[in-house]
Amino acid sequence: MSIEIRNISKSFDSFTALKDISLKIENGELISLLGPSGSGKTTLLRIIAGMESPDPNPDSQVLFFGEDVARKPVGDRKVGFVFQHYALFKHMSVFENIAFGLRVRPRSQRPAESAIRDKVHSLLNLIQLEGFGTRFPKQLSGGQRQRVALARALAIEPQVLLLDEPFGALDAKVRKSLRDWLRSLHDELNTTTILVTHDQEEALEVSDRVVVMNQARIEQVGAPDEVFHQPASEFVIDFLGNVNVFHGRVNQGQAVLENHQTSISDPFVPAGENANVYVRPNDISIDRTPTGKSSMAATVTRINRAGVHAKISLELTNKEEIRVDITMEQLMELHLQLGDSVFVHLNKARVFVPDYTI
Amino acid sequence: MSARKIHAGNNDPFWVRIIVITISVTFVALMLVLPLGVIFWEAFRKGGAAYLKAFQDRNAMRAITMTCLAAGIAVPLNLVFGITASWAIAKFNFRGKGLLIALIDLPFAISPVISGLIYILVFGMQGWLGKWLEGHGIQIIFAVPGIVLATTFVTFPFVARELIPLMQEQGSEEEWAAISLGANGWQTFWRVTLPNIKWGVLYGVLLCNARAMGEFGAVSVVSSNIRGGTNTLPLHIDALYNDYNSVAAFAMASILALLGVVTLVGKNLLERKIEQESINSLESRTTKVSQ
Repeated sequence: MSIEIRNISKSFDSFTALKDISLKIENGELISLLGPSGSGKTTLLRIIAGMESPDPNPDSQVLFFGEDVARKPVGDRKVGFVFQHYALFKHMSVFENIAFGLRVRPRSQRPAESAIRDKVHSLLNLIQLEGFGTRFPKQLSGGQRQRVALARALAIEPQVLLLDEPFGALDAKVRKSLRDWLRSLHDELNTTTILVTHDQEEALEVSDRVVVMNQARIEQVGAPDEVFHQPASEFVIDFLGNVNVFHGRVNQGQAVLENHQTSISDPFVPAGENANVYVRPNDISIDRTPTGKSSMAATVTRINRAGVHAKISLELTNKEEIRVDITMEQLMELHLQLGDSVFVHLNKARVFVPDYTI
Repeated sequence: MSARKIHAGNNDPFWVRIIVITISVTFVALMLVLPLGVIFWEAFRKGGAAYLKAFQDRNAMRAITMTCLAAGIAVPLNLVFGITASWAIAKFNFRGKGLLIALIDLPFAISPVISGLIYILVFGMQGWLGKWLEGHGIQIIFAVPGIVLATTFVTFPFVARELIPLMQEQGSEEEWAAISLGANGWQTFWRVTLPNIKWGVLYGVLLCNARAMGEFGAVSVVSSNIRGGTNTLPLHIDALYNDYNSVAAFAMASILALLGVVTLVGKNLLERKIEQESINSLESRTTKVSQ
């Protein structure tokens, strides 16, 4: 189902949670609301669910398939909501938890007992927890609980699935496998899904599109590779992974780094006096000898081999610290040791002129 | 080092431990156990027949009925109020919430005698509504309604006080989950909220009932001590004792004492249940066991 949010603002006392947000979510899409805590992502999700109402404003609308649901209570919106801490009914078995949404229907719409049983069993099958129906939530692990919570939400055949940091309380390994499972489940069911997360890896890996939020506003909306490779703002590039920042000036499409005899071009570079130059750790190369006039001298201060890539920390001649990721093969070839003097070269950068980016 | 520090209490000299324990045990024995024993001792001093005879008195039966009536009305009222108030306080934010919490505690803070006097000032013959009530032939003070009102007032905080922290701790996510699944307000309350707080509710009711049945001060002011009329059990005991009818007085007192013991046992059992429940709710939020 397509959802459209128009001009939504929300403040709690003096705190502004959302500032004039507009967003369109396509039918069958899996979209992530990504941002740090306090960026407004959960508030936006709760407004879509109807658990929170936006500030009164004649222009503000929440549309489900073009229909304004502002006055529709939560129960009538047909949303499946999954909470970070599961919110399973503690005193009910797994079976009863999943059946809840069917049992509370008005008598005329309530399925027969046998139909409820079939539905719950097919959902237990879907979440790979057949035979767990008689267990109670406290007898399950965190990952199992969250799958039950998802099955409970799916039982009402929601038009849209809203997930509020669903994997936030789980450990890294379970989180990763549940995330993959969620993606394949979505490909199977095609229910429009909105996922709130502060984990950029999760958002980039699982979603069709990512909405990056910061300080009550949307910074950028785009496909994962788009927001990663063409970040629209300093916040986005900074939030999506590690990045080195240099200060400099922009001159004829070239950013000239302050205190360094080097410059770098960026196809998107705007004109301006002061510039912040962002370089990802894997966009810097290390060499034993200078590779041209734009190489900078540096000293190796730390080598971390624990990972797919080697993470090298270096100190530039002006005492600035930078982080460089190189492959293990490159590390072997270079025979890098702590304290070695090397040359670094910036291969690719994103330049932002503070006045031009909001 | 640290292990020794933790067990420092056990390293106190033997005589210190003996003295501290002796003082506590002696104090409890003298102040609590002995009086309780005396009640039953005095009640059965002249044998079981005399004890039972005390209950065959018409005034005694009336007093027991009055006490049950007062508690029977006050406890359900405060149960409904307590659940409503704690629901409002725990699940919503509204202006004047702090004031409501403070007001709930009011009956704990003021003397029961004052609680009784308030009702005389409002509903008594010389009170604000006295003339109007008299004109309509309604008697509140020195009658059953007054006793019920005073009892309700005094026992007002028990259920709410017990439930507010419990419901605040549990939060409202389960309720939101129920509502998002299409449950209406009643279904959410009966199927989700109530099962989560049932032991707390029972605990509050138990304490509320013990106080309602045992209340003396406030009821004494609004009742006029009419024997066989508006006397409740505590007032009846007082009257019997003043008549030097100590066997009957202690026989009646033994009922209240028994109620006290039952309450105490029930309270301890429920406390264990509630503790278990909050551990469960804590566990269900914090466990990170892998699948």
